[in-house]
Amino acid sequence: MVFKEVRQMMRDPGTIGMMLMMPILQLTIFGFAINNDPRGLPMALEINDTSQFSRSIDAALRNTTYFRVTHVVSAPGEGERLLKDGVVQFLVTVPPDFGRDLVRGTRPQLLVTADATDPASTGNAIGAIQQAVDGALSHDLIGPLAMRMPGQPPVDLVIHRSYNPEGITSHNTVPGLLAIVLSMTMVMLTALSVTREVEQGTMENLLATPLRPFEVMVGKIVPYLVIGVVQMAVILMAAQVVFRVPFEGSVTLTLASTLLFMVTSLALGFMLSTVATSQLQAMQMSFFYMLPSILLSGFAFPFRGMPTWAQWLAEMLPTTHYIRLVRGIMLKGWTLGDAAWELGVLAGMLGVLGTVAVRRYQDTVA
Amino acid sequence: MNGEAPVIDVQGLTKRFGGRIVVDDLTLQVARGSICGFLGPNGSGKTTTLRMICGLLIPDAGGGTVLGLDLGHKRGAIKGRVGYMTQKFGLFSDLTIAENLEFFARVHGLDRRRERVAEALDALGLATRADQLAGKLSGGWKQRLALAAAVLHEPEILLLDEPTAGVDPQARREFWDQIHELAQGGMTVLVSTHYMDEAERCHEIAYIAYGRMLARGTMSEVIAGSGLKALIGEGPGADRLAARIEGRPGVEMAAPFGTAIHVCGRDVSALRAAVAEFDGVEWRGTQPSLEDVFIHLMRGAEDNSVVVT
Repeated sequence: MVFKEVRQMMRDPGTIGMMLMMPILQLTIFGFAINNDPRGLPMALEINDTSQFSRSIDAALRNTTYFRVTHVVSAPGEGERLLKDGVVQFLVTVPPDFGRDLVRGTRPQLLVTADATDPASTGNAIGAIQQAVDGALSHDLIGPLAMRMPGQPPVDLVIHRSYNPEGITSHNTVPGLLAIVLSMTMVMLTALSVTREVEQGTMENLLATPLRPFEVMVGKIVPYLVIGVVQMAVILMAAQVVFRVPFEGSVTLTLASTLLFMVTSLALGFMLSTVATSQLQAMQMSFFYMLPSILLSGFAFPFRGMPTWAQWLAEMLPTTHYIRLVRGIMLKGWTLGDAAWELGVLAGMLGVLGTVAVRRYQDTVA
Repeated sequence: MNGEAPVIDVQGLTKRFGGRIVVDDLTLQVARGSICGFLGPNGSGKTTTLRMICGLLIPDAGGGTVLGLDLGHKRGAIKGRVGYMTQKFGLFSDLTIAENLEFFARVHGLDRRRERVAEALDALGLATRADQLAGKLSGGWKQRLALAAAVLHEPEILLLDEPTAGVDPQARREFWDQIHELAQGGMTVLVSTHYMDEAERCHEIAYIAYGRMLARGTMSEVIAGSGLKALIGEGPGADRLAARIEGRPGVEMAAPFGTAIHVCGRDVSALRAAVAEFDGVEWRGTQPSLEDVFIHLMRGAEDNSVVVT
């Protein structure tokens, strides 16, 4: 019995490969890519003051491993723009006359605006800002100015957690969940549907009909699209009623992006089904796709916490872009203009996947 | 052949799978309304040939026309005018009989869908069981349903791949009656089979082995063309003589048939000489059967098929 099992297993190199690749992939992703305490978070600085204190704070922030100062902005509103687009996660604004007020001891405000859509990744970083600022100033406030270092911090650090002020995790998770649930069902169901035809021997009959590959693909995809719409409706309702997730952006835009994402996932599933030779393989391939989709897309772990290679990998997953879209629209109130880039990426992926799928789908047997 | 161009006219069809030639330089013409039986051992390329003719496989070499349409770039159009019944039951077992028929009606873009499906159900005698799942049908009914689905769009050519495998004799007879009816209506039928009695019901037969056409023509033409002569021996213990007679000079094969024995060879006098010593058996000359001819042809064909699928 054991020999028979092993022999059968060896006849299916796909399964063996998958079984070996799975742990390696998991190790790599879990081991190297996932970091719950992300560092190197992109930050924009808006410094409206020229005092040495501002320069010290600037330097101190650049010195922490938590941040990477990617933008120095001067025009008001530019920082907020970067934050909204998700280009930076933090915006530190040093108000005018910061140095003067500091010397006077009037506790000037230092404004930190954080993109708190993902509360997990902002918490530690905010602490780090506080430390950096305190550290920087303790160097500068020496000599006669040391008296300005009482128990109370010299600077009033105002922290503004944008988009999710209360830091409620579910506000971040629920929209992400929409992405995960949709890609799980969409990819897997379509991946199985074509291989099932092959396994049951109905494919040959289907191929003998004058149906064109594109028609088969559309026919396969449409019913699942309906299922996807139902899933979306359920999750969005739950988001509103149960989790009270804010819904800042337009519903139409959410629906449009979700539809685009669903079709992309379905095309991916269809493509997998043209590669897989059995339902089992199709199932394994979908899992193989789901794993990074959950772990790397920013759904389960902060996207910024991952090393660059993992981020690039994640950029190739439709889920990553859709998660950004749905979070952007629901939490940040993205408009069509804000969403254009991510939508474009998804549409591009759909084009590639759809073309590959239709090309790979053969209207001949074997 | 009444002067009309053959509906199937293919030349030099060749197909390789992984270096192995499955169909080798096969040329075939079939006239409209004729029933052509496709015979040959397992793995001889029958299915592959049928698939190439209906556009399911692209030949590696050769080509031709089906219904006047080029096999190379008109596969889509050919598929619309050809009916193909696969070897394995290929309908949707989780759909009902009526739903299966309706699906094929839709796929072929037929008008009067409901009537056509109803007519087909009536013709099948399945009208009362229209809502039964196709997967629950017995072998014979599955085969009838598959045929109904294959001819629903009134194809001009019907390709049947071992349609009666595992079907009881009565159902097989009814099936063949139906095939003849369709052929009378002008449909051209190409049917592959292993059964000799079915081969005898075809207008003409084509025998292929190891991808090559070995014989072609009506049954009597094929038998005559083989140049084979046969003796039949009847008497006590005749059927046990096969092993002793086989291999003697002039004897190509000897096989027991019930209590009798069939001995075949090219030369009648050599055959007589070979069996002379068994005088307890009564020997008389006979026409070799189609089966004798095919076994003879198969043995004569060079076996280039290492892996038989």
